Amino acid sequence: MSLVIKNGHLIEPTAKFSAPTDILIEGKFVKQIGKNLSGDEVIDAKGCVVCPGLVDIHVHFREPGFESKETIASGSRSAARGGFTSVVTMANTRPVIDSAGMVEFVNRRARETSLIKIHPAATATKGMQGLEMTEMAELKAVGAVAVTDDGKDISSSWVMRRVLEYANMVGLTYCAHCEDESLMEGGAMNEGYNATRLGIPGLPKAMEEIRIDRNIRLAELTGAKIHIQHVTSAGGVEIVRAAKARGVRVTCESAPHYWTLTDEAVVGFGTNAKMNPPLREAHDVEAIKAGIADGTIDCIATDHAPHTPTEKDVEFQLAPFGIVGLETSLALTITGLVETGVITLERAIELMTSVPARILDLKYDKFETGVLREGGYADICIFDPKAEWTANPNEFHSLSRNTPFTGMKLRGLVKKTIWRGSLVYGT
Amino acid sequence: MTPAETSSPVWTRKDLIGLEDLSRQEIEMILDTAPQFVAVSKRGSGIKKVPLLQGRLIVNWFFEPSTRTRTSFELAAKRLSADTLTMNVQASSSKKGETLHDTLDNIEAMHSDVVVIRHSFAGSAHILAERHDSHIINAGDGAHEHPTQGLLDAFTIRDHVRKQKNDPEATIDGVRVAIIGDISHSRVARSNIWGLTKLGASVVVCGPSTLMPQDIARMGCEVTTNLREAIKDADVVYALRIQLERQAKCLFPSIREYIRLYRIDNESLKHAPEHALIMHPGPINRDLELATDVADGPRSVILEQVSNGVAVRMAVMHLLVNS
Repeated sequence: MSLVIKNGHLIEPTAKFSAPTDILIEGKFVKQIGKNLSGDEVIDAKGCVVCPGLVDIHVHFREPGFESKETIASGSRSAARGGFTSVVTMANTRPVIDSAGMVEFVNRRARETSLIKIHPAATATKGMQGLEMTEMAELKAVGAVAVTDDGKDISSSWVMRRVLEYANMVGLTYCAHCEDESLMEGGAMNEGYNATRLGIPGLPKAMEEIRIDRNIRLAELTGAKIHIQHVTSAGGVEIVRAAKARGVRVTCESAPHYWTLTDEAVVGFGTNAKMNPPLREAHDVEAIKAGIADGTIDCIATDHAPHTPTEKDVEFQLAPFGIVGLETSLALTITGLVETGVITLERAIELMTSVPARILDLKYDKFETGVLREGGYADICIFDPKAEWTANPNEFHSLSRNTPFTGMKLRGLVKKTIWRGSLVYGT
Repeated sequence: MTPAETSSPVWTRKDLIGLEDLSRQEIEMILDTAPQFVAVSKRGSGIKKVPLLQGRLIVNWFFEPSTRTRTSFELAAKRLSADTLTMNVQASSSKKGETLHDTLDNIEAMHSDVVVIRHSFAGSAHILAERHDSHIINAGDGAHEHPTQGLLDAFTIRDHVRKQKNDPEATIDGVRVAIIGDISHSRVARSNIWGLTKLGASVVVCGPSTLMPQDIARMGCEVTTNLREAIKDADVVYALRIQLERQAKCLFPSIREYIRLYRIDNESLKHAPEHALIMHPGPINRDLELATDVADGPRSVILEQVSNGVAVRMAVMHLLVNS
């Protein structure tokens, strides 16, 4: 049984390939890439781009513990609709993923229910308490691809230093949520003019930047690799840029909302504009784009953070932080970065496939993730880069609807997602 | 003049959420509606009541302890002959599993006309007004706005300007108002900045740098941490209530030092013009932000603010319901 994708334009950044070609899939694998291929079944990808299945190294699928927000099954459906075939799930579930048994639980639920590849991350500290480190060697042995206390920072610099040293020895990267929580004090949005006029306590940029700097310096001290999550501010971009210039082993990500929206989106008290770190200001948006253009920001991740409509339908200061992102990520990247000339489409795909996969060295059996090669798994995203559509959360495959992009006109529509040779989204 | 400018203005809003949203014309419409209600309250021997909201249900829904604002709204409703219902909610209803929207749905199921809400979180009145049919009046939402306070303050200032100038049409254009104290946490400061500047007054806010929110000058006011500078040309000196518990949050060192720098007393008022009015939203911490002899002195219009508050709230309710 073979399947051929015809008339599409293949973009494969690691091969620096961007040209029309056909792709022949046999079973779970890419059999051949070339002209005039034929197979038992044909997908006509005319007008579409064909690329490796997208990779998101920062998602919250909420299972176990918060299954009304999202499950591994529903999260995977949401990912598939967004063109993703591999995601790294964060460990701040209930209970948290801090033991081999919990990693194995996620792996089992993924095998039983997921449409795509789930790579679990584990916490770096037991109970995500920031006090004692987890058994990282064992966590890695059962499949954890990263350690992270995401959702929180590790307060103690001593603990963070030892976590980085130990994770580095074990061969895991620490993914750092950078936040000096002592500056929080009820803060719910970016500190600045809009917070002032809305009367909402602010979250200053320094709260994030202080810890980006500390965590990078601890990585520098220990020689460990560190990945900075969700960079939002001009200052944060500058700290990472300077660290890279010093040769620190640091990578970082930003998310589509940070280059698409500013804290103006909070005016009206809509809780779908509430996430942590928060939406910043216009000059920060420009700095994020500049950081993506010059490579300071290595990759795009969504921080897909589902919450139920009921949880979000409250006073702004009471609402939980977070928004969903998987089903709008590619379109916001095309709309906000490619159409505006910040980066090429080829580069955008690189930031959503091979680069994030390599940051965490994501392997899938023996195969590299985020690439599309003969002999490898057929993980493929097919999208129309010119198609216009309007974001409508009622169409989301996620269990949650918490997006600030409702009604926004977007360009770039995922048509089909193929995981290990099987169609997991599209017809 | 075009016909539109000469015809008398018409109130079109369902709700009163904040003064940021209102035009000068709308603010003036409320202020111009209030004097008739001042007269109702002052009826010496007659009945202090008009039947403008007879048979209407006005719900006072207070999530924060409040005596002054709650009684003022209640009295305003009663003097308009409305039926009133007061709900003092101790804990946030969300802690009981019910959202703000659920509770208002329940109130509306009893056919409320006006819902007055006081809440400790910014935006609560706004989100209710967006989704519900009742007329919503914001009686203070977190540090966001307290529009009826801003209106009654503007009314009180205008009333004095008119008396001083002996001109019943005088406006507050060019009047200078100094607001002193904890600006960060103050919805009163925000509503006053919006309201007074829209009416042509100039506003300077003054307080310790730790209680001054970022970029507040963009709201259209001047900012200083120096009390003398703030009050030196002030026609109105407006002291805000200082919350004692802010000290524990490391926002100012001590009451003693706050008094030294920011208390309005006869000593500091030597640096203000003699005609300057003294205002305060209440309740006063006597001898803390405001010295007793000043609060009770001849320049103080604090009790006029309270009297005017009822009339202005009557005007707001009347305009919202009867327009």
